[in-house]
Amino acid sequence: MKNIKSIIKRYRFFIIMIIINIILGIYSPKLGLKSMKINESNILEMLKVIPPVFILLGLLDVWVEKEVMIKYMGKNSGLKGLILAFVMGSSAAGPLYIAFPIAGVLLKKRASFFNVFIFIGAWSTTKVPMFLFEVTNLGGRYALLRLGCSMISIIIISFVLNKILNKEEKKKLLKKIDEKI
Amino acid sequence: MFILILYIMAIFGLIYSFFKSKIRTKMAIKKALKSFENLLPQFLGILILIAIVLSVMDENTISSLIGERSGIIGFIISGIIGSITLIPGFVAMPLIASLLKIGAGYTQMTMFLSALMMVGIVTLPMEIEYFGKKITYIRNIACFIASIFIALIIGKVI
Repeated sequence: MKNIKSIIKRYRFFIIMIIINIILGIYSPKLGLKSMKINESNILEMLKVIPPVFILLGLLDVWVEKEVMIKYMGKNSGLKGLILAFVMGSSAAGPLYIAFPIAGVLLKKRASFFNVFIFIGAWSTTKVPMFLFEVTNLGGRYALLRLGCSMISIIIISFVLNKILNKEEKKKLLKKIDEKI
Repeated sequence: MFILILYIMAIFGLIYSFFKSKIRTKMAIKKALKSFENLLPQFLGILILIAIVLSVMDENTISSLIGERSGIIGFIISGIIGSITLIPGFVAMPLIASLLKIGAGYTQMTMFLSALMMVGIVTLPMEIEYFGKKITYIRNIACFIASIFIALIIGKVI
């Protein structure tokens, strides 16, 4: 009984979403059908991307020593860490929700919060394939200008977020992440 | 293409790891499964939420909402729609290009595009899971404000 309760609690967001989806389907069968089709293609896409990503995360977790990560992306990694975080985030493809588990492993290996925020920002905005696509669709001048503005914004936001988090909060977040992975 | 590279990397990684240490490889797979299991509830919830949002806000709805409106109202609506929706860039950019052709403003369209990429209301539950509520909310609000600046700058310069 307790077991079922904890499962329901863990999956409550999912359950609520299913209920909303059903209500949408009753309210408008056309929209319901459409959402089912999107669900199907999204779940297929997820099933394709997730196995290799999580295996790579597992391997990274087991083989990369903390000291190495700290050296390259830790608190005192400076410009090297910043550039590495940008390159990692920008060379990725795939939806943003894949970036969070990767960020989790980076934090577990003690990459700095600043660099991890940069990584998330780069993943969301400065991806290379997306940039090339933007150039062909909206022009090089537009794409370059937006890229420049975005990079500056990401650095400022990451800096601010890093300053807002105090030592205690960072410790707490890291502890939670260590337990999770 | 990207997925293929991922699979090749994962398979070679596993083979290499297996020859170096069977125990560690087993541990890596265990960890992969554990972190996936931990995230599964959020994953599934977000997937359904994306489907609901995408089916209600399809390309036609989005273009009718942001395409014709101009001025400050159009700006705000573009930002809100961009924050809520999660359409891939490969769909968004041609859409924006076509809206620009029929007269939509650069400022509004850039607000939509930047908010779309930087602000993630749909993925909030997952972000909170790793970074906690405080950082997640501040990050998304800060990204929304940054999108405003980016849109204003580009609207002026282009």
